[in-house]
Amino acid sequence: MRNRFASTLYELGKADERICIVVADISPAGSMERFRSEFPERFIDVGVSEQGMIGLCAGLALRGLRPFAYTIATFSAYRPFEMIRVDLCYQNLPVTVVGMGAGIVYSTLGGTHHAQEDIAVLSALPNLAILAPCDPPELADALRYCADAPGPVYLRIGKAGEPTFTDGAADPFTFGKLRYLRRGSDIGLIAFGHAMDLAVRAAHALEQHGHTVSVASCHTMKPIDTEGIARALREHAMVVTIEEHSRVGGLAAQVKQIAWETKAPCRLLTFSLKDEFIHLYGSHAELREAHGLSADRIVETILSSTPGS
Amino acid sequence: MGWFHDPIMGSPPSLKTYDPMASAQRCRAFRRRILDISQTLPAMHIAPAFSCLEIVETIYFSLMRRCTDGALWDDSFVLSKGHGCMAQYLCLEALGILPPGELERFCRAGGRLGNHPDLGIPGIEASTGSLGHGLLLGVGMAYADKLRGADRTVYVVMSDGELQEGSMWEAILLAPSLKVNSLVGVVDLNDFQSLGRMSELHPNFYPVVSKLEAFGWEVRQADGHDGQSIHEAIVGRRGDRPFMLVARTTKGKGVSFMESVAIWHYRSPTPEEYRRALQELEEPGA
Repeated sequence: MRNRFASTLYELGKADERICIVVADISPAGSMERFRSEFPERFIDVGVSEQGMIGLCAGLALRGLRPFAYTIATFSAYRPFEMIRVDLCYQNLPVTVVGMGAGIVYSTLGGTHHAQEDIAVLSALPNLAILAPCDPPELADALRYCADAPGPVYLRIGKAGEPTFTDGAADPFTFGKLRYLRRGSDIGLIAFGHAMDLAVRAAHALEQHGHTVSVASCHTMKPIDTEGIARALREHAMVVTIEEHSRVGGLAAQVKQIAWETKAPCRLLTFSLKDEFIHLYGSHAELREAHGLSADRIVETILSSTPGS
Repeated sequence: MGWFHDPIMGSPPSLKTYDPMASAQRCRAFRRRILDISQTLPAMHIAPAFSCLEIVETIYFSLMRRCTDGALWDDSFVLSKGHGCMAQYLCLEALGILPPGELERFCRAGGRLGNHPDLGIPGIEASTGSLGHGLLLGVGMAYADKLRGADRTVYVVMSDGELQEGSMWEAILLAPSLKVNSLVGVVDLNDFQSLGRMSELHPNFYPVVSKLEAFGWEVRQADGHDGQSIHEAIVGRRGDRPFMLVARTTKGKGVSFMESVAIWHYRSPTPEEYRRALQELEEPGA
């Protein structure tokens, strides 16, 4: 995702002089170096200064620029929280705050580097849109939205090496709309961001067991597609949410709320990170597993909850 | 597209001169008006506004260049100490930027003006109120101007208490690195925060001038209630780096019993106090 982020932003920045990148001491990956060398005045490294990063972006946006603030998700979202709230959201300025390596991608760096609750925290802010694309092409679509967004956006991305899931997707990317990658009728899997690999793997396994499965990307976490989710809850016998985010205030919580409000008739299972700090180290997959996030566990739980399996 | 290519035509208007008599008259009238408005509310920030009144008045009336035909020469003003906004509102009203009548509904239902300035109100260029934000906004605005080749000065007025916020020092470190030489900061140095003296709470805040110089700023000092001294210092800046004026002020300046008394940070005078305060602000010889 990092590389697609850089190459897309380079293309956008080449076409639109208002676009600038403000980073807080993070190495420009891949073609971000190209952006920096071709548009040096529009690439600003503020150093280890995240409040500075957001405040500066707000000032640039007050003058008509379209800044992208970019650093590791914990430092994008938490350290400068009040700058996001007051400078960006209260003033409704078109700044995109990119949280890179969100969730528990930095599995060996410890809890200080895990953004488990970023969506919960930021969702409470009026005016802020939240995007969490599931693969590099969807990230490119999301970035194109951000470049012309009417207000602030938090763009939550993974790190690197994510496969592509959206090739041949049933739906195109539309801001604010649940996007089906494939459609089935028994089980609807809804995921966002870099947790999509779990949904896709679970879908394959469930199909082996004779189920027809939908997989949908909930790339817009705010404003969430209430109607689209309500429809998914009506149209499937079972809906399953999968997220690399705390069970507090993420996809699970929101889908449950929609299910209650619409008296959804289906079964609903949710897979999230626990509401606990992580003091473990290991691979990304190992940390996920410690919180119950693995394709195998998801499949087993679904099958054991499905009548007739 | 086209952000850089809007034509920048002509040359900016020259700086205004400072008229001490007119300025003193305006500031006296502004103080009286603030006291009048205070009688409609249980509490407001009188002393913080009195502290920065001459600073804000000098910037708006004797320094800022404003044109009617476009924004490119328009200087900007950010009140980082948003709680001093009465000073700003009165200047904007007197300049005809803030429509008459708005201040009559200050802090009331149906009104737009509250105890902190909000973006969207005529003449207000940034929402402030939480301390520690305005200088970073100013750095961003000045950087965008530099990028565009626009000759605009960005004025940011901040409080000394506000310089306890770490984010201010992020801005102070960042501005010279980005060479935003059109940035002019003014510290309203009244040695107070809402509950006491800065020099008692943080004696090592001082000396502040050498601290700012060490961070790469051009720094001057002035009497913050003497517009002439403020004007001269700002006009005389070199302009080869960000500029900070450390303006020594008295919190509550102009009304003897409010001066340097912490309670007046956020309070309205009783009718008797109001009467006494107005007497002190009579026109000389009146």
